[in-house]
Amino acid sequence: MASYFKNAGSGKIIAAVAAEIVANKAYLSEIDGKIGDGDHGVNMAKGFGKAADQINDQTSFHDGLSILSNILMNEIGGSMGPLYGMMFMEMAATIKTAETINARQFGAMLNAGLEGVASIGGAKLGDKTLLDCFIPAVNAFKIAIESGKDFSSGLHDMIIAAETGRDNTVDLVAKIGRSSRLGERSRGVLDAGATSCCMILKTLGVEIGTLLKSDVET
Amino acid sequence: MQRFLNNPDDLVDETIKGFVKAHKDILHLDAENHRVAISNAAPVQGKVGIVTGGGSGHEPAFIGYVANGMVDAVAMGELFSSPTAKSFHDAIKAADGGAGVAVLYGNYAGDNMNVKMARRMAENAGISIATVVANDDVCSASFAERDKRRGVAGEIFMWKIGGAKAALGGSLSQVQTAAQKAIDNCRSVGVGLGPCTLPAVGHPNFQIEPGTMEMGIGHHGEPGIEITKLKTANEIASDMASVVLSDPGQTPHAEYAVLVSGLGATPINELYVLYNQIEKDIVAAGCRVYKAYVGNYFTSLEMVGASLTIMAVDDELKQLLAHETNCAYF
Repeated sequence: MASYFKNAGSGKIIAAVAAEIVANKAYLSEIDGKIGDGDHGVNMAKGFGKAADQINDQTSFHDGLSILSNILMNEIGGSMGPLYGMMFMEMAATIKTAETINARQFGAMLNAGLEGVASIGGAKLGDKTLLDCFIPAVNAFKIAIESGKDFSSGLHDMIIAAETGRDNTVDLVAKIGRSSRLGERSRGVLDAGATSCCMILKTLGVEIGTLLKSDVET
Repeated sequence: MQRFLNNPDDLVDETIKGFVKAHKDILHLDAENHRVAISNAAPVQGKVGIVTGGGSGHEPAFIGYVANGMVDAVAMGELFSSPTAKSFHDAIKAADGGAGVAVLYGNYAGDNMNVKMARRMAENAGISIATVVANDDVCSASFAERDKRRGVAGEIFMWKIGGAKAALGGSLSQVQTAAQKAIDNCRSVGVGLGPCTLPAVGHPNFQIEPGTMEMGIGHHGEPGIEITKLKTANEIASDMASVVLSDPGQTPHAEYAVLVSGLGATPINELYVLYNQIEKDIVAAGCRVYKAYVGNYFTSLEMVGASLTIMAVDDELKQLLAHETNCAYF
């Protein structure tokens, strides 16, 4: 079990994230349709799918994040384009020059992504947005590493927290974005953004976990 | 679904291409960004540029208001989805004649974010930016929380007033002030009788049961304030007039520019039936109609329904409203 993964050639992690979003295109649109306008999956799949087409075995983790960010920001629009675009752009910036990425660097990357989303969106914890998945996940990873757990266990805790955060959005009333117009009627369904955010974090965690297992530390 | 479609994914681009072909005397596409349309007159050196943008599916909004004396450049998104920050930025660059650019757009989360990012890019490149955010939809939030209200067909008056002010040589802050005054004087309400469908999704994303209607519905089917049994046209018209006339900020004996727009699948004759009663109610309230606009000005795909917008006008707004434009739809 390695304590880091290589930046070079790890763009495939982002390709896997993209594949997960594309595979869930209809599901994400269905959730969004309950309190939004039902195009979350369509727009997300369009952006993530385009990014996947530009990622190959030689693509670094940083370049994968950058490619995805550029497509979301420049070609997708809506709310998710700038939100996820900023998230991946800030994430990419933190590991631009890193040869390898360890738990500490990954934690800093998550933090930067969170700040990127917060700077553009203006939502708070509990507003029924992707932050209700993202914030607890980032915190869980941080706490795990600070308490001495290894990278792989930290990723595991991050995934559990992301899933719990996503599921908790069912009971929340939307405070921002299009679904906020529904008030109480937005309660009782998952937030589509938190659901896609959970897919992103979970796939990141699983894929990095697999790399850590297969890499022997040198 | 019986629709005129090729591949649903191409709908927005095909709409834009067709529009630009049909109105090539007025506007053209940006050479590099095919989600940006530019008035043939733009940029005018020394004139404040006017930019707007929004999701597609509201035609003739937003592209239909690109014209000399109105909007200089427009950014267009996917159906009901904000344009990218890049598109807003490209529209700003195309509209810039060295006197700054006013971005006049509607209050939606995505548009707010993308305009914010485009503004950053433009200001970094040395272009002065002013924004006005339309929030005329009365039922979308209370008057006390007016900054949360959505922008709907009042945007058309905002573009007309801002565009005229810019054409008459107004400075960036004067254009901003005029456009802000226009939208501050606007009140709008929508009523839905039937839902709309994003072709790529394939089924309506909200329901309006047969025999019912939804008062206060938004331009993308956002829920209104009341679902009732379908009333007569006169009753609906009076309800709509009452919503806008009773919103705080109206002065007695006001004079209004009035705009009744279909939401996509309502026959024009029914819009005139509504207008017939709306004008009666405005007069009965002691007010006057300065000028009326009835037609499909700001639609929501094939939603069955209509919206009513009133804008209280004074001499300045009347003069700006009357200023010449070669707009295809106004």
